[in-house]
Amino acid sequence: MNIKEERKITLRIIKDFFFKVVVGVISITSILPLFLILFYIIKRGISSISWNFLTNLPKPVGEIGGGISNAIVGTILLVLVACVISIPLGVLVGLYISEEKKGRLAAVVSLCAESLQSIPSIVIGIIAYIWIVKPMGHFSAFSGSVALALMMLPIVVKAAEETLLLLPDTLKEASLALGVPYYKTVLKVILPAGFSGIMTGILLGVARIAGETAPLLFTAFGNPFMNLNILKPVHSLPLLIFTYAISPYEEWQKLAWGASLVLIFLVLLLNLISKVIVRRWKIQF
Amino acid sequence: MQTRGDTFFKNVLFISGISIVVILAAIFLSLLLSSSLSIKTFGIKFLLGREWDPVQKNFGALPFVLGTILTSFLSLIICAPFAIAISLFLGEYFAKGKISTLVSTMIELLAGIPSVIYGFWGLFVIVPLVRDLEIKFNIIPYGVGIFTASIILAIMIIPYAASISREVITMVPSNLKEAAYSLGATKYEVIKKIIIPYCRSGIFASMLLALGRALGETMAVTMVIGNSNDLPQNIFSPSNTMASVIANEFAEASGDIYLSSLIEIALLLLIITFLINIAGKFVLKRLSVV
Repeated sequence: MNIKEERKITLRIIKDFFFKVVVGVISITSILPLFLILFYIIKRGISSISWNFLTNLPKPVGEIGGGISNAIVGTILLVLVACVISIPLGVLVGLYISEEKKGRLAAVVSLCAESLQSIPSIVIGIIAYIWIVKPMGHFSAFSGSVALALMMLPIVVKAAEETLLLLPDTLKEASLALGVPYYKTVLKVILPAGFSGIMTGILLGVARIAGETAPLLFTAFGNPFMNLNILKPVHSLPLLIFTYAISPYEEWQKLAWGASLVLIFLVLLLNLISKVIVRRWKIQF
Repeated sequence: MQTRGDTFFKNVLFISGISIVVILAAIFLSLLLSSSLSIKTFGIKFLLGREWDPVQKNFGALPFVLGTILTSFLSLIICAPFAIAISLFLGEYFAKGKISTLVSTMIELLAGIPSVIYGFWGLFVIVPLVRDLEIKFNIIPYGVGIFTASIILAIMIIPYAASISREVITMVPSNLKEAAYSLGATKYEVIKKIIIPYCRSGIFASMLLALGRALGETMAVTMVIGNSNDLPQNIFSPSNTMASVIANEFAEASGDIYLSSLIEIALLLLIITFLINIAGKFVLKRLSVV
């Protein structure tokens, strides 16, 4: 090889190395916001976390202290009711799609679930407003839950569908061959076999809706007092963060930082747990 | 043999399946019905009108349509190089192993952070930075505006674009790559001459799906875009998107025509995101057949 060619090869190797470094640096840079956000929220929020913060109601402007207990309880209430609506329906729809996998209607249902997932959250809020708030005449926790359920439903459907489609037909055939009725086969053989996948979907769905704000602006609406009645307005963590974050009062902003820390901890924990479930109890046949 | 229980159970499954179709149809119909007043009153002028005047009951959505287009495309431009770099990093350089698991977990966590927290963080961290930048370049230093919103949006959609691009990149047949390597190509050359040409339409689809996300994002944008109902002058001016104007004004909207106009904006937003998502999924489906 002459020197000219050797130089060419060296140049190509340098180019390759340079590109690798650029890709690496850009990739690492894009994870940076995660740490920046976590760092900033912990720095600002940690000082407000205390037992009182978690158990007290917010105080009026000017008074020091005050907590976010109403928002925590409200979030739990909203998410619970949304789960009650969306989990049974979502699992049944997932079962339907996986059981009729060759049918054309099942394909349409699957497509509809995907389309439902792509609807912007603010539009879901308007739907819940039109369907529940307007006929009832006032804002309520229930309307917020319906909005959240509509957002969670396609996530559960997709998780159930994808898990159940992975199950081998022999599993079902074995049960049916033993003379087990079809519905018992589904409920006692197929569903338990797909449990981990469905559970992951549910956890991801909960993580998603627990942090959702937009549809609650004009459904659950927010409420500075403790409320357990699902027919009355209710506060939630993300909603409280939004209203307090854009308020000009420092005490309220401080509450918002603390609430952000609680919320982000909760959401990231749910995400991590679902990842662990996937890895630990992955269905294998 | 079918018992009565089986028939009942099959019917329950069928009804549940159908209910999703019904819900989707009902969503479209409710939006259409509730916005019919504004559709009838303003017609096509709704899209081109620059006035948004609740007092005079005169509504035009052009500022919001423009604001939405500007923020989402700008965020896409910022997002693209990052998303492609991550997908190459995870799909080609570190396809397996601890580093890849760690990085992809973190990127998934980034996707899990609630929108309102992005907005809150952006308001206190990005807005002052942009304000300093604007002072340096002699632009009116609002801090909030289209540019700031686009930065936050870009951070929010990078995980989506990256995860889809990564899947497309791992779909490249290995014999193509091996052939190139055996001819003595470096990794950079394989990426440039094999992977990128092969994945071009898939990466395009991932950008479309990310765009669909960006269009509908509400809270983070609402908090940092400045909420101005005037036509945006440049990418630094405060503006409003279709989603943010609904978030800001819906709860306080008084009068049927005001509410109906906001619902028409929601209907438009829904149709646009649908079309973009369908286009993106169509491109991806065609790829997975190959």
